[in-house]
Amino acid sequence: MKVLIPGPLLSYTAVREVDATGRTLAELLADLDRRYPGLRFRLIDEQGNMRPHMRCFINGQQVLDTTRTLQPDEAIQFVQALSGG
Amino acid sequence: MKVEESLMGRTTRKQLRRPKGSTRPKGAAGLRDSPRVLVLVATRKGAWLFHGDSTRRRWRVDGPHFLGHIVNHLVLDPRDTRTLLAAAKTGHLGPTVFRSTDLGRTWKEAVRPPAFPKAAAGEKGRVVDHTFWLTPCHANEPDAWYAGTSPQGLFRSDDGGSRWEPLPGLNDDAQYRAWMGGEQDGTPDGPKLHSVIVDPRDPAHLYVAMSSGGVHESTNGGRTWAPLVQGLEVVEDLDPANLRFHDPHCVRICPSDPDRLYQQNHCGIYRLDRPAKEWTRIGRKMPKRVGDIGFPLVVHPREANTAWVFPMDGTTVWPRTSPDGAPAVYVTRNAGASWRRLDSGLPERQAWWTVKRQAMSADAADPTGLYFGTTSGELWMSRDEGNRWDCVARNLPEIYAVEAAEVR
Repeated sequence: MKVLIPGPLLSYTAVREVDATGRTLAELLADLDRRYPGLRFRLIDEQGNMRPHMRCFINGQQVLDTTRTLQPDEAIQFVQALSGG
Repeated sequence: MKVEESLMGRTTRKQLRRPKGSTRPKGAAGLRDSPRVLVLVATRKGAWLFHGDSTRRRWRVDGPHFLGHIVNHLVLDPRDTRTLLAAAKTGHLGPTVFRSTDLGRTWKEAVRPPAFPKAAAGEKGRVVDHTFWLTPCHANEPDAWYAGTSPQGLFRSDDGGSRWEPLPGLNDDAQYRAWMGGEQDGTPDGPKLHSVIVDPRDPAHLYVAMSSGGVHESTNGGRTWAPLVQGLEVVEDLDPANLRFHDPHCVRICPSDPDRLYQQNHCGIYRLDRPAKEWTRIGRKMPKRVGDIGFPLVVHPREANTAWVFPMDGTTVWPRTSPDGAPAVYVTRNAGASWRRLDSGLPERQAWWTVKRQAMSADAADPTGLYFGTTSGELWMSRDEGNRWDCVARNLPEIYAVEAAEVR
């Protein structure tokens, strides 16, 4: 499935839209990390939670639970909220 | 305000641009085997490398590296004088460690950065916010490093900084977890484990400090730990018997006498001569108007009686600025029996910056060079052990760490 990557992580993927697979969001993140080593830990902490200011949207709906199951045609987007100075 | 002359003249945009072509500074021609000083500057917005010539008068600037990243520490491996480790994160992305084996030409990210173990179901696990401190292990342990994190955690890598493992003897010990306190007990930007010190005579003999949580010693490579806080004061009305209230800011071991430790603490400057276990507050001899509060402390590479501090205003609401806006380094040449102000070349007034705990360092040259980076983004150095100061660079981001290292 297609995954949109936020700009600050382009040093890993080089492109905004990448392919990844997984039956759940957690599996998709693991697949992303296999393809782009190091990417997952910058999105997700060691307890499996989305880092502050990071958001995941599936079909336009915000998802925090990484056990959320995925369908092949779903649109997945990671977004970095802008804040701070 | 007194205008200072920079060693490089005014720091220009051109000088701060990443250099192209030759990597050897002009001043080093014909001195290929002479050690040169490399000053590593970690900032809130990236890292810079300042390559000195053999006279330490000309500096070639290499940077920014990791522009936009919060770099808390950048350290050269003294065992090969080529490998650099950088502890980095951004305001939004998770923490990581970058490694270079060619003095910063190329970087590779850690495969497994410092991270706490995943908690059991139903329990709240800890999360590394950032790696704060990096220390190469003993000279006889090539490729081994220690890392201290925020919140307090101690990690070790045995593969040059790529894969990091937590040290459960400290991280998971119930008593130590209690002494680490909660999120409200640390420094304004998070509680930290810092000052990871390896005894140069014994790789298994370690010291660490925690803000907050006190100073601790291990004699078995970090499997078990014991507090080393006797004699240290805590903020008034708190109980010094509770290690949660201890806030060491910076601990250093003397290379020329590893039985001697110095400490800049939240509550004064101290010295400890092992095997004794009781710290002596040597900051009482500082001028009363200045006090003995600060963050960094630097020891002389060859003289154990000599140490430098950079006091800050720790009164009232803790402004954390230079006292009276007049920055100065203070030196003791007699292990703390007396102190002397060293401010020649520094602004005389209206300079309200200060120096963080990792942002002051000494080189190994003779006479020793001293370096510090300010919260206002200035890099200062002295080629004569602090008697005269010159500004090497201005207009950098807020400086978090300065390390002077020797390269050949």
